[in-house]
Amino acid sequence: MATAHYPETEVGDLHRRLVILRVGLLLVVALLGLRLWHLQIREGPYYRDLSENNRTRQVLLEPARGLIYDRHGVLLANNVPSFSLYVTLEDVKDRELLVKQLTDLLGLDAALVRKKLTAKGSKLLPRKIKDRMTLRDATLVESHRLDLPGVMIQVESQRNYPGGMTAAHILGYVGEISGEQLEKPEFLDLHQGSVVGQYGVEKSYDRHMRGVAGQKNVEVDALGHEKRATVVDRPQAGNDLYLTIDARLQKVAEDLLGEEHGAIVALDPTSGDILAMASRPGFDPNVLSRELTAKQWVEIVQDEGRPLNNRASQGQYPPGSTFKIPMAIAALETKTMTPSSTVFCNGGYQFGKRLYHDWKAGGHGYVDLHNALVHSCDVYFYTVGQRMGIDVMAEFGKDFGLGKATGVELPSERSGIMPSTAWKQKAKNEQWLPGETISAAIGQGYVTVTPLQMASLVGTVANNGVSYRPRLVQAVMDRTTGNLMEIPAVPRGKLSVKPETFRLIKDALADVVTKGTATRAKSSVVTIGGKTGTAQVAALRTGPEESIPKKFRDHAWFVAFAPVESPKIAVAVIGEHMGHGGAAAAPLAKEVIETYMKLAPQVPTVTSDRPSMEGPGRFSNDS
Amino acid sequence: MINRLTEHRELDSFDIRYVALILAILGIGVLSIYSVTYGQRGVGTPYYLKQLIWIGVGAAAFLIMWASDYHHLARFAYPAYAVILVMLVVVLFEGRTSKGAQRWIALGPLSFQPSEFAKLILVLVLAHYYSKAPRVGWLQRVIVPGLLVLPGLLLILKQPDLGSGLSFVAVYAAMLLMVGVRSQALGVILLFSIMLFPFAWEGVWGSLHDYQRQRIMAFVDQDYDPGGKGYHALQSRIAIGSGELLGKGLYGGTQSQLKFLPEGHTDFVFAVFAEEWGFMGVLVLLALFVGLIWLSLEIASKAKDQLGALLAAGIVAMLCFCVVVNIGMTAGMFPIVGIPLPLVSYGGSATIMTMAALGLLLNVKRKRLSLFY
Repeated sequence: MATAHYPETEVGDLHRRLVILRVGLLLVVALLGLRLWHLQIREGPYYRDLSENNRTRQVLLEPARGLIYDRHGVLLANNVPSFSLYVTLEDVKDRELLVKQLTDLLGLDAALVRKKLTAKGSKLLPRKIKDRMTLRDATLVESHRLDLPGVMIQVESQRNYPGGMTAAHILGYVGEISGEQLEKPEFLDLHQGSVVGQYGVEKSYDRHMRGVAGQKNVEVDALGHEKRATVVDRPQAGNDLYLTIDARLQKVAEDLLGEEHGAIVALDPTSGDILAMASRPGFDPNVLSRELTAKQWVEIVQDEGRPLNNRASQGQYPPGSTFKIPMAIAALETKTMTPSSTVFCNGGYQFGKRLYHDWKAGGHGYVDLHNALVHSCDVYFYTVGQRMGIDVMAEFGKDFGLGKATGVELPSERSGIMPSTAWKQKAKNEQWLPGETISAAIGQGYVTVTPLQMASLVGTVANNGVSYRPRLVQAVMDRTTGNLMEIPAVPRGKLSVKPETFRLIKDALADVVTKGTATRAKSSVVTIGGKTGTAQVAALRTGPEESIPKKFRDHAWFVAFAPVESPKIAVAVIGEHMGHGGAAAAPLAKEVIETYMKLAPQVPTVTSDRPSMEGPGRFSNDS
Repeated sequence: MINRLTEHRELDSFDIRYVALILAILGIGVLSIYSVTYGQRGVGTPYYLKQLIWIGVGAAAFLIMWASDYHHLARFAYPAYAVILVMLVVVLFEGRTSKGAQRWIALGPLSFQPSEFAKLILVLVLAHYYSKAPRVGWLQRVIVPGLLVLPGLLLILKQPDLGSGLSFVAVYAAMLLMVGVRSQALGVILLFSIMLFPFAWEGVWGSLHDYQRQRIMAFVDQDYDPGGKGYHALQSRIAIGSGELLGKGLYGGTQSQLKFLPEGHTDFVFAVFAEEWGFMGVLVLLALFVGLIWLSLEIASKAKDQLGALLAAGIVAMLCFCVVVNIGMTAGMFPIVGIPLPLVSYGGSATIMTMAALGLLLNVKRKRLSLFY
């Protein structure tokens, strides 16, 4: 029926063309095959890598930070679960849109979010945008997860300090690692968003407590949502710290200071263990361990009371009359004075054209060393200082640890100043003036000390010259092995001071409390020895204490030890602008000592038989 | 006696190799669609089941075409073309829009893509045109059929559906090649193309949608902005390449399973297959296609008349074009234009149309065996 309209030759032509089509088809298929061979065989491994990168994300598993306990195992710092919001830039299509969504949804600060999104770091690693989210916010984000590609909520641990402000300066606080810190070698294995100790033992023992982060390789879909975890590298918890402090004593010391500014340090002179170290005003480390806004930071940093300052180890004050303790020892040891030699005090000391006043207008009459300490006679020590000279004073001061940091495990400890002619030449490029020796003799002028140094000093005296480096950490518990590694006390050697000298001085210090300037420290519970001090703030003082504006009032010092017969505690108290040491500081020291004695500590003292010697001077190797 | 012989010979035309090849390719398609949508919480019937339904409908179309007579069908070529042109107009106004293109007509819960069927009808129209009378001179051979192609082409490009549009041009070009164009005519086409090129470029480039331009730009610079324009092309290349020699196994294709590769069940189904079955799987699939096309060419060359030969050649050309361009675009050889892989990609209209076309091909063979002069 449908016969061809074309002659047979036309169909034959068609046949020839179909042959061309076949050849062409084979050529094209060969070309396709070649291309696929190139993609799958030659470049296959490359594309395999790309597909692996496409689907896997490394999620770091933060380790649980080590816990902190006091000497009796009372919990001071732990971790509680909290929700954090992370963003993986690789999965974010529109950054500005995300900023807007997060600010609308959670009320976050847009500038802060933007800053975190643009910070340096891998696009594949999730970066923390917000921590300590409320359950409500976390749920809100989860319910919008389809609109928020690259966003995820992680449950992680948040540092928590159950005691609130208690021991804040010792514990310190934690915070996200700063860009500056990230560059440092000790933080090499950390990453943006890691939490590190920023203050206190949290900082100085950070390496022990931070642990080792684990890693989870997570398979994600094109929206960055987790499908399954493929490899889990478990995080290693950090080690726990056992501090030397007694949380109860710490609390008492802090409450004693109350609203006043100042510091109280209590330590065990036979080991250097710091039992309490209070500094006021304080701060809540729970707040500081959180993400603070710029405004909150400014408020804290610009607070005139400088609450972040640990006054116990960082506050430098003139020691005032407490300096008479090393002065008295120096006087006896250098034979500048004998126990029985006396000085007549008529209320002033004329040196050159200047009259140096005694605190007691009428003077003390004839005083020997014992009475000079008990009644804190300035004229006696003016005389001692003038006879001995500043450089001998400096030598003794340094032997007692003044002018150098004690080495306690806290960041930014200050050293105070123990002046000498060489010091002045170096620091001020000026000659030492003889009159400056007179001021220095009663702990004024250039001499400055920290309360920690003074507690250590009085402890050394109480312990008959045997001293230990003050310390806060007595043991570290290794979380992986479960071993408790005790940290031995660090002996600093023994001062080569005659035992008789210590006996005389301690007698005098006991009488300071029983009948001298510090009768308000007299206790019915325990025998206490101590020395008052009043550090001048303003040079000229007239009229009664109450009429002077608070900020010009003197700092009140009291250093003490107890029991006198076999000392177990040494205390230094400084109350800023609280006036006379005997009136203001002595009662606080008494409270601390009595509390400690009542707590009847079965102290698990950690001592070492292998004292390490630090420097020659008047230390002798006695082991 | 003669009748029985005829019947027997007609049944012979139902070439078991041919049918086996089609079923094998369809099977690969269903498996890949099943794999890529595995674990997806879909709404309603899963894609692979729907595709099985389309294949069922397609099988019916295949049998009807096989049992019919292409000479009768050819007589309805022009009215059918008129109907499909009307549908293409309707689609522009009433069509369902998906991803910026208006290609579908809703029929109750189903939708139907006239441009797919337009391709097959175009083959029928051109075969009918050339076989009805000896077309001599370039006007009759080139210009008049060109004018037949043009309205359909323009309507499809307007949707816009670049892939189907290109298929239209490919079918036209293949037909021209089959009937033979004298070098003079070829020269005229070439001259006109060159002269019209600047206008055509403006017209074509200007009329493209943004996403089409971006896809073409992404093709020109393959690694440019992988998160944006080149995303599709790059993810597809990663999927294919990462399959390596033996593939990642069923459901193992991370590119498609984790949705890095969009359109995994439709236009990019080849990438899914290549990722899960590797180069070996790809060779098998290519061999199946080559086998199918080879048998089809065999039918074309043995056709007893001009109409049958042209019909068969046109269908083969259409099939070849879709296979080559689809694989080429997923492998990053061509820009991405929306052309499904025949018999493999998910899609009702395309599957039914392709199976009907293959049925028609087999009909050409059947008629060859039953025709007695």
